[in-house]
Amino acid sequence: MLRVEARTTLGGFDLDAAVEVPAGGCLALAGPSGAGKSTLLRIAAGLLRPHHGHVTCGDDVWLDTASGRQVAPELRACGYVFQDYALFGHMAVWQNVAYGLRGVARGARRRRAEELLERFGIAHLADERPRTLSGGERQRVALARALAPRPRVLLLDEPLSALDARTRASASRELAGVLRDTGVPALLVTHDFTEAAVLGDRVAVIDGGRIVQQGTAGELAATPASAFVADFTGAVVLTGVARPSSGPDDVTVVDLDGGGVATSTDRGSGPVALSVHPWEIALEPAGARSEGSAQNHLDAEVVTVTHIGNRVRVGLTAPQPFVAEITGAAVGGLHLAPGVLVTATWKATATRLVSL
Amino acid sequence: MTRGRWFAPALVVALALALTFLTLPVVAIFVRTSPGNLLGALDDPGVLDALWLSLRTTLIAVAIIVLLGTPTAYLLATRTFRGHSLVVTLIELPLVLPPAVAGVGLLAALGPNGIVGGMIADTGVRLVFETAGVVVALTFVAAPFFIRGAQAAFGAVDRSWLEASRTLGASEARTFLRVAIPAAAPGMLAGLALAWGRAVGEFGATLIFAGSFRGRTQTAPLAIYERLGTDFDAALALSAVLVAVAGSLLLTAKLLGGRGMARAAR
Repeated sequence: MLRVEARTTLGGFDLDAAVEVPAGGCLALAGPSGAGKSTLLRIAAGLLRPHHGHVTCGDDVWLDTASGRQVAPELRACGYVFQDYALFGHMAVWQNVAYGLRGVARGARRRRAEELLERFGIAHLADERPRTLSGGERQRVALARALAPRPRVLLLDEPLSALDARTRASASRELAGVLRDTGVPALLVTHDFTEAAVLGDRVAVIDGGRIVQQGTAGELAATPASAFVADFTGAVVLTGVARPSSGPDDVTVVDLDGGGVATSTDRGSGPVALSVHPWEIALEPAGARSEGSAQNHLDAEVVTVTHIGNRVRVGLTAPQPFVAEITGAAVGGLHLAPGVLVTATWKATATRLVSL
Repeated sequence: MTRGRWFAPALVVALALALTFLTLPVVAIFVRTSPGNLLGALDDPGVLDALWLSLRTTLIAVAIIVLLGTPTAYLLATRTFRGHSLVVTLIELPLVLPPAVAGVGLLAALGPNGIVGGMIADTGVRLVFETAGVVVALTFVAAPFFIRGAQAAFGAVDRSWLEASRTLGASEARTFLRVAIPAAAPGMLAGLALAWGRAVGEFGATLIFAGSFRGRTQTAPLAIYERLGTDFDAALALSAVLVAVAGSLLLTAKLLGGRGMARAAR
């Protein structure tokens, strides 16, 4: 269990936030740039000292400004993945990974580093210099290096933002696997809600130095506490398995996890994340089937109804949680209330697929 | 002549004049006498003594500068504190100080009647008119060249590298040795080459503070000055050696500096 509490001022910017991550859990700190996400991460690692703060890992107190206790970063055993990966340019890849291996015999260090590189499928790069590596390869080296000393906590600062769109999907899938396997608390910073939803089992939205809402990605999307969270959550994310396509012009059919079928004009196969903006989804009384060639129809139950200005956010379960955002006028005939059954419809052209 | 067509040729003329003026003395050192005369003059034991003394004193001075200047430069590059720019300016002051002023200042500070001269005399160390005094003078005038270069080199090291090292279990001292110094090495070596070049050429401060005694404080530049009237060939031979030394140090600094820049840009 990692707990980070901090109140501090940094050049006219106030941070006042507290987060808690259980062992094996991953909390995604999501928010716009300048919101204070990375600052909180640096406080957890001991790279920055807040005016007031309390950081604990399990029973160990890493920082307690009230009693003046502060454990040096090198004694905290935090695996930190930096935004630009911060690989040491004057060392070979294997030396980067071996850097944090203390108390390991000289001869065994290279072997241990290579085992880790093997796990990430990049053992053949052991003797390369970081500058010759691609973005995806660098990210894997950074992860291997952070995991090498068997950290008690994983801290990841925008681990995917330095990657191009093509590499990001596979890197994200790999990272999700790593986070599952390590079993230590992980705190991940991202400005992208979809990334937060895929990688974090809980998401804390941070804005202007304050945590404005915390919950699962589904909860945040369905019942945003503010217009900011509603806008920030952006697209709905559903997971499923894409059926093999039968022809080049066909839409991709996805069997959603937990039931239901959706279609997309994007290509995809195997496990996928399907995303659609809440305002693309219309609601109709259950059983209604408005015709349309590439239209999705998903039966769902209303869970929450939240008014945000002149919009209405409707949290739904199908049984995967998702959310539709409709105008006040469209609510009229639907008698929306928790428990009511509706059919959600949206276009296959408005549906994006990301391979998982 | 067409309007505006004169500017580019004017630039070329300026370059040609500057290049001629700046290289002519160096060329003259090698063509004024025959190579045989140059080599013959190097047989003079006094000339060899001066070169040997220059080599020893500059090496010791450079070693002191590196040992003391590296942590200084690291601190100045990685920390900000009240009076930071003042400290940097004070450290850089010897760069612009006239060498004669440096020599007088050293006498006033460390000489027999200097403000800390008594304390030094009590320890039994003698500086004035001694080889140790030469080292002191060289260190004083050359140190800022290294500290400036090293500070810039440490400043160019990605801060996240230092932080990554800390999160990987390395103390600040280990981070300094294993990450900061190797990463800053090209820039540090470039600064070292410049400092060494300055020390090899040092004349005024050494003359005033340590004097010019053969075999003890007479470094190569002082030996050149002494032979100017009596044995011009020997003065030319020593000069030729110093040109070669200075030229190779400058080249080293350029090559390493270029590498450092390229590395910092990545």
